Amino acid sequence: MAFINLKDKLIQAKIVYYGPGKCGKTTNLEYIYNKCRTQINSKMVTIKTQGDRTLFFDFFPFDIGKIEGYDVKIQLYTVPGQVKYNSTRRLVLKGVDGIVFVADSAENRRNANVASLNNLQENLTLYKKNIFEIPLVLQYNKRDLAKQGIPVLNVATLEKDLNKDLRVPSFEASAVEGDNVIMTLKKTISVTMASLEKELK
Amino acid sequence: MHLALDGEQLDKIYDTLKSTLIDIGVETAMLLDTAGNVITTVDDGVDRHDIYSLAALAAANFSAMRSMVKIAGEEEFSLLFHKGQKENIYLSSVSDDFLLFVIFNNDMTLGLLRLKVAKVIGDLIGILVVDSSQ
Repeated sequence: MAFINLKDKLIQAKIVYYGPGKCGKTTNLEYIYNKCRTQINSKMVTIKTQGDRTLFFDFFPFDIGKIEGYDVKIQLYTVPGQVKYNSTRRLVLKGVDGIVFVADSAENRRNANVASLNNLQENLTLYKKNIFEIPLVLQYNKRDLAKQGIPVLNVATLEKDLNKDLRVPSFEASAVEGDNVIMTLKKTISVTMASLEKELK
Repeated sequence: MHLALDGEQLDKIYDTLKSTLIDIGVETAMLLDTAGNVITTVDDGVDRHDIYSLAALAAANFSAMRSMVKIAGEEEFSLLFHKGQKENIYLSSVSDDFLLFVIFNNDMTLGLLRLKVAKVIGDLIGILVVDSSQ
């Protein structure tokens, strides 16, 4: 649920990075936070376990400038990826306007990607949102693993597993190296804002 | 569904937060939605806090506590309170979609704050209900 302040001409929208445990959601946000400091007037909030895994969420607000005369502030969140934290994932999804689904390209994470996407679909249903209608972008992360000799899923397999029915924009990426992290975000903002504009007309 | 508030409503929200809470000594008062968006914030002239981070954490904290309360078998849950050494936090439900977040110091009693918060919540519901009926 985006909030539109008609007085100050300000829009706040929420984008959530979703995906299986250790797929690189927090790494995406850390890269964005470090690269785009001029657009972020806030510290990055992280709620982690002692083992440095996301316990609840990571968060910072991101100013993207003016769109049609409105200042737009995007609230970026991650969810905890571990299966056992589903109740907190649901809480973070409340009011979501756009989603980046971060898939892990490692071959041994194939089933975890599919399970997480199914979990996203179930959790959206709780908020009466449809995965086929909500602004969504897929990111095939950890493409850099191939350079280390770790078997990775080819993109055709990832597309078949995750995007055959959704048919949403997708990017190959490496969050640790920063490849396509900003492109993924830009595309997600673009589809989210287009959807907001359509709903407001 | 998205939430849009016009200038008149936002001015009324600002005025009620300022006159009922800030003018009696509250440091920061903020209306936020349960998704963590900042609707309106008013302070006593001293910009101490990162309000966007506070809003995200407040919404998450309130939702988490509400879930815990439900698991414990309780139906109603309406407020969270933190008593600090210098600063205190009071977080209260306004409606299903809105929360009121207040930071105040030890110069103010909790009893007075609770009375004032009850009045503000009544005022805010009046202002926000007008919006949903339009």
